Amino acid sequence: MLTSWPILSLLVWLPIAAGLAVMLFGNQRAHSARWFALTVTVVVFLISLGLIVGFNTQTAAMQFVEHVPWIPSFGINYALGVDGISMPLIVLTSFTTVLVVVAAWTVIKDKAHQYLAAFLIMEGMMNGTFAAMDAIVFYFFFEGMLIPMFIIIGLWGGPRRVYATIKFFLYTFLGSVFMLVALIYMYFQAGSFAIPVLHDLPLTMTEQILIFLAFLIAFAVKIPMWPVHTWLPDAHVEAPTGGSVILAAIMLKIGGYGFLRFSLPMTPDAAAELDWLMIALSLIAIVYIGLIAMVQSDMKKLVAYSSIAHMGFVTLGLFVIYMIVENPANLTASGVTLALEGAMVQMVSHGLISAAMFLSIGVLYDRLHSREISAYGGVVNTMPWFGALVVLFAMANVGLPGTSGFVGEFMVILAAFKANFWIALAAALTLIIGAAYTLWMVKRVIFGEVKNEGVRTLEDLNFREAWVLGVLAFLIVLIGVWPNPLVEVMHASIENLAQQALTTKL
Amino acid sequence: MTLASLNLQPVLPEIVLAAMACLILLVDPFLPKRGPTVSFVLSILTLIALFVITLVQMDDSVRMSFGDMVVNDPMADLMKLVVYVMVAAVFLISRTYLRQRGIDKGEYYMLGLFGVLGMMITISSNHLLLLYLGLELLSLAMYAMTAFKRDDGRASEAAMKYFVLGALASGILLYGMSLLYGVTGSLTLTAISDAVAGGEDSIVLKAAVVLIVVGAVFKMGVAPFHMWLPDVYEGAPTAVTIYLAAAPKIAALALILRLLVDGMGPLFADWQPMLIVLAMVSMAIGNVVAIAQTSFKRMLTYSTVGHVGFVLLGVLAGTAEGYSAALFYTIAYAAMTIGGFGIILLLARQGFEAESLDDLKGLNDRSPTMAFVFLLLMFSMAGIPFTFGFWAKLAVLQAVVGVGLWWLAIFAVVTAVIGAFYYLRAVKMVYFDDPVDRSPIEADMNVRGVLALSGASMLIFGLYPTALTALTAGAFGL
Repeated sequence: MLTSWPILSLLVWLPIAAGLAVMLFGNQRAHSARWFALTVTVVVFLISLGLIVGFNTQTAAMQFVEHVPWIPSFGINYALGVDGISMPLIVLTSFTTVLVVVAAWTVIKDKAHQYLAAFLIMEGMMNGTFAAMDAIVFYFFFEGMLIPMFIIIGLWGGPRRVYATIKFFLYTFLGSVFMLVALIYMYFQAGSFAIPVLHDLPLTMTEQILIFLAFLIAFAVKIPMWPVHTWLPDAHVEAPTGGSVILAAIMLKIGGYGFLRFSLPMTPDAAAELDWLMIALSLIAIVYIGLIAMVQSDMKKLVAYSSIAHMGFVTLGLFVIYMIVENPANLTASGVTLALEGAMVQMVSHGLISAAMFLSIGVLYDRLHSREISAYGGVVNTMPWFGALVVLFAMANVGLPGTSGFVGEFMVILAAFKANFWIALAAALTLIIGAAYTLWMVKRVIFGEVKNEGVRTLEDLNFREAWVLGVLAFLIVLIGVWPNPLVEVMHASIENLAQQALTTKL
Repeated sequence: MTLASLNLQPVLPEIVLAAMACLILLVDPFLPKRGPTVSFVLSILTLIALFVITLVQMDDSVRMSFGDMVVNDPMADLMKLVVYVMVAAVFLISRTYLRQRGIDKGEYYMLGLFGVLGMMITISSNHLLLLYLGLELLSLAMYAMTAFKRDDGRASEAAMKYFVLGALASGILLYGMSLLYGVTGSLTLTAISDAVAGGEDSIVLKAAVVLIVVGAVFKMGVAPFHMWLPDVYEGAPTAVTIYLAAAPKIAALALILRLLVDGMGPLFADWQPMLIVLAMVSMAIGNVVAIAQTSFKRMLTYSTVGHVGFVLLGVLAGTAEGYSAALFYTIAYAAMTIGGFGIILLLARQGFEAESLDDLKGLNDRSPTMAFVFLLLMFSMAGIPFTFGFWAKLAVLQAVVGVGLWWLAIFAVVTAVIGAFYYLRAVKMVYFDDPVDRSPIEADMNVRGVLALSGASMLIFGLYPTALTALTAGAFGL
């Protein structure tokens, strides 16, 4: 039987073990290292599909549960499990890693084995973060993934990579240590690190506020929210393409996932108390960061800022639920599930879109070694297929109906209307700003006159690149026109979460 | 008391060690001058034998002997086992370095073994004088080892500083002990504990607590009593530094636990605030000052100051969980520190000391395996998951939060983040910078093997610390 296999452990430890093994290949056998890494990531992806097959969408309970004592004297159990919230994210992680390995095929020449090892280890740690059912296991993976990412940015990144990677590391490390202290504190209140137990732990308002703030620092840095977002543009710009893809597609989601798994159910009263703060920060991210994105001259930086703005939608969707409940005009409190599901769909969709955008920029960068918008122009004349795909991705980034970007943003805005008209208006405004900066970039890079000799000599996508971008385009459109399966998978868990998040613990 | 009625078995490891150290001392001068291979092999065999003896004798009971002077409890057994392993690793890794510098003499191993004897006596003593005796035996061996490269001005200066300041610390400690004896009229720690528990609170007793705390943390290198540490560690030959930094910290922890917990446990309310201040100062100074260092050796030294601050967190919690966390942290620290200083031995060669941070540059291009070991060591020191150091930090944080000192835990993690910066900088040099020195690494299998073991232990205990946590918990009856 499928469920009797330790699927989650395989998803976590197989890539990590393979990553350590790839390191032994050495620089000379880079080619076999690539095939080995590809095989492992594909196998891991196939195993992750087993989660979809065996998943029961009717229940909010944890599935594929594994539970063995790990360190009894610290009260830590090795507990894994997935529900409708974490399962799609694990599949997304496993899928994205395959793309990253393929995308790096010929691009990464120096120390390719270490590059692949870092990404395989990353994959296992990210899966572990999503699957963790014990707070310390979560922290273990959450924090551990800083190591491979530090190496990825610092070793294969751009000119200011050292500055960027140390900043990235210290920001996220500083954020997460407070969470660790909060988790230990809760352990002594609850007598267990198990996340479901911590969900039911009664806490006073003061405790909740302090714990909420500790979580906020950790996850706000990761997502990232204004004003602790400044590491992200640096890290994105300097990271190699694969690093940017993983950062944007998965690591940012871990922040959002943390809010869903920790902040909302564990400190609901503090979240309700501080919802104004969260909504304000989300709106600043959506509007102000959107404006900043507009003036960027570097394509990667532009997409990085747009990621922050899009993640603003996620946090808005998560915390607007408290305003929906408080709104006297909305007695039935409808829209709560809509908001949370919108946030989740937005996370998955942004994972695909940002991966596609960064991979597209990577395609151009590999050819002309520039990320400056001004270095391009009229690319569509020499790369028609590429041009077509980029326009699709740009439309998805803008949130055009028919693409996945539309679904999540629309759900969040719709829910925001149930809370407060002005919030919804401010959020909806960003669609215009988003359209402005994305389409303006597309206009300057893809269309227009052929700008220089470099662009004239560009070759269109090769098979490998076309395959990677094509699959992403297919998924973006698929979720755009048929989001129902995705929503269905998470529905039961989201309902349960909404109930937890709106039940007072006082 | 006749000799026959004297049960020598509890001190069998100590007796074997003393005999072997004397034997090595006697045999060494008669050996051919090619190098003290015989002494080296004998030393390693002695440590293996001690390991076996202690392992066989180990059980969960507390065994008092020699009129309550010697105590063999699970804590003492575990600490001794760790000391043997650490010292054996140090002997192995130091060999080549000593030979290249012409100081591979039998005395190094002999002094090292006497140091081990000192540590064992300190660990097992339940008596103020015995404790002091063990400590002095250890200290004298370490002074002599620091000056081992006797033609070197820096080493002699370091030994001199070490001796003067060490003697000062011993004096303070001894003064505290004498006050304690004056108040309680007893030298046995358990008896002292009973006396202070029932006795009234006197100013003399408080003075004794202060002096003993100061003397003990002086030996451990806790800030603000750490001034000797950087100069001694930097000045001593690296093979000696690695000895000084690793195993004696276990003995120093034993000293603190025996004196403060076994002897003055009832005075917890007096010494806990002192340790809180010392731990905070130590974590802050160690982690901040390390950033300013250009010498890798000095950087590791200041990181040691930071680490002992974390060890004190476990002690000051005043619970069995806290003490076992402190012991767990110290074991992790010793394993990490052997690897850390071991990297200097790896890069050093004839006539070249790799003490500057710049010498680390581009190690990944020269030896990817050793670079990965280095990466594991540095992230372990920074306390990042997947490494030994993470569980060590988690253990002490759990201990302090468990007694309600969550603000102290917050302070500790902030200093850990500050400390992460210089570990990252070291990793950056190894991975991201181009090598300045492209010559192949000459280090032999001893050095590589110990380093690989040290790196592997970071990963193995990083993933599965369960066996060790069970041991350290068992050492304090948990």
